Amino acid sequence: MTVFVIRRFLQSIAVLCVTAIIVFIGIYAIGDPAEMLIAPDASQAERAQVVASLGLDKPLWEQFFTFAWNALHGDLGRSFVFNRPSISLIFERLPATLELTLVGLFIAIIIGIPLGLLSGLKPNTATDEVIMTGSIFGFSLPSFWQGMMLIMIFSVWLGWLPSTGRGQMGEFLGIHSSLFTLDGLKHLILPAINLSLFKLSLVIRLTRTGVRETLPLDFVKFARAKGLSENRIVFVHVFKNILIPLITVIGLELGSMLAFAVVTETIFAWPGIGKLLIDSIMRLDRPVVVAYLLVIVSLFIFINFVVDVLYSLVDPRVRLGDAS
Amino acid sequence: MTPVLDVKNLSTHFMTRRGVLKAVDDVSFTVGQREIVGLVGESGSGKSITGFSILGLVDPPGRVVSGQILFNGEDLLKMPPTAMRTIRGKRIAMIFQDPMMTLNPVLSVGTQMVETVLAHDKVSRAEARQRSRDALGLVGIPSPEERLDSYPHQFSGGMRQRVAIAIALLHRPDLIIADEPTTALDVTIQSQILFEIKRLAGEFGMALIWISHDLGVVAALADRIMVMYAGKIVEAGQVDGVLTEPRHPYTSGLLSAVPAAVPRGEPLRPIPGFAPSPLSRPSGCAFRDRCARATEICATEPMLEIAADREFRCFHPHLGRAA
Repeated sequence: MTVFVIRRFLQSIAVLCVTAIIVFIGIYAIGDPAEMLIAPDASQAERAQVVASLGLDKPLWEQFFTFAWNALHGDLGRSFVFNRPSISLIFERLPATLELTLVGLFIAIIIGIPLGLLSGLKPNTATDEVIMTGSIFGFSLPSFWQGMMLIMIFSVWLGWLPSTGRGQMGEFLGIHSSLFTLDGLKHLILPAINLSLFKLSLVIRLTRTGVRETLPLDFVKFARAKGLSENRIVFVHVFKNILIPLITVIGLELGSMLAFAVVTETIFAWPGIGKLLIDSIMRLDRPVVVAYLLVIVSLFIFINFVVDVLYSLVDPRVRLGDAS
Repeated sequence: MTPVLDVKNLSTHFMTRRGVLKAVDDVSFTVGQREIVGLVGESGSGKSITGFSILGLVDPPGRVVSGQILFNGEDLLKMPPTAMRTIRGKRIAMIFQDPMMTLNPVLSVGTQMVETVLAHDKVSRAEARQRSRDALGLVGIPSPEERLDSYPHQFSGGMRQRVAIAIALLHRPDLIIADEPTTALDVTIQSQILFEIKRLAGEFGMALIWISHDLGVVAALADRIMVMYAGKIVEAGQVDGVLTEPRHPYTSGLLSAVPAAVPRGEPLRPIPGFAPSPLSRPSGCAFRDRCARATEICATEPMLEIAADREFRCFHPHLGRAA
């Protein structure tokens, strides 16, 4: 276990370094942020002064090493645009995105697993057909269109739910979140559903496939021959086996939901991190983009680590010491 | 003495897209108390499906279409599913062929044993664990207390089969159906398991149906033998009689194909041809296409001949000493 953690930690550092280099060079190649930041009517002297103050006059490698040195000391640079530490900009916005993502994932799991079990246990029935057809829609209709339809139906026609913003936030145990007020919850429902629909379909299909694959196995028949109740067979014998692929995919998807909540955040004007990223890329605000990606990569790494630990809990055949 | 199991005219069919597959076709037999019965046949002869039919574990599209399965006088086929569940694992237990597949890989052996106890008896978890541990000890698993917390992948194939046997023994059933339980094991392990099962069956007075394609195993173990071919029992009788003086040409064919049964130096004589596809069996005797003794009359269904302690379905049985 210790060996596993240390090895994983070293791998993570390498991944972070490579990410930082690629993003740094990538943004540098796109364009000169000075062009975006400096007013067109600024004089040559003002121009030179701004460029020098941002360190943009130095060669790329020097800029990178300055950044890397500061990063090692916990400073990921200041936003060119806002003139504030980029990391604090990100952490201001991250909770909103986390909230949206986790609620979306929760919806996908809470609804997806029961529906998947239902259609896996009763294949080729009307229930199964309805669930499967529904999941095809969830898969194939583009997210932005689903978002707009949700707004049209629930906000415009029915007027039940607000369509934009994060609403009022409540505080509980020192955590600020829209989960704790009714108004906040109302604002959260539509974007969370929008974000979860695709994952919901995925969870349904994974669960259904898992059930279909596990049910004919000998150990299920043996469990029946032992005289176990059908509930015990489904919820212990079958379910514990399909948890393994589910955890893998849900872990990976959580990362991608966080990173790509952009579309949903844009549609519902959700003040999350995705919008910040898009704005920063448009303005070539390199420190924010780099810091954002490093944070997201770290989150990915963390999630994968949690998935590996969960694995070893669910599947006794996996031992963390052997994993590489 | 009333038999533990009395199967009458059992037919189990599979409704497939290509037609009705008669996996078990009008099979009747009895199993007496404490009796060990060997059910022998080639792959696809319907012997395993017979076992699953008794426990009501035939998966769709298969279905028991007719017959009676009297277990201690009660017809299992008329029993509601909840009542059937109290029989399975409690009064009739089953051991499967592949020990690598019969235990759930993500649950500890202890969990899988304790749940079996608790499925039928209202006892405390501690007592269920105690009984599980004793059962493991009974089948010769060293340090059973620690092994309860192990997972199936930490056991060898032979040990896993011992665990499966221990699970089958937990409730001291009246009948154990063993579906080729030694086929997947090494020869040395096979004989250990055989010995163990025979000992335990005798010790607890359990009847045993031993399903196998291996005549040698059945000869060593069983009191009576039933030979199945294409969904029907073609010959049944005491082991000694059937193996030394087979009546049915299929039985004698099987014997001539077993290396150990043929005197040294004489060639093995495999049965020509293949078992017919269950979807297109010939009319009458299903064996007639492969049978040297077949005549025109074999195109009609041979009736069950009952002679002394032997029954067989054949128009041209071997009458003297054959094979």
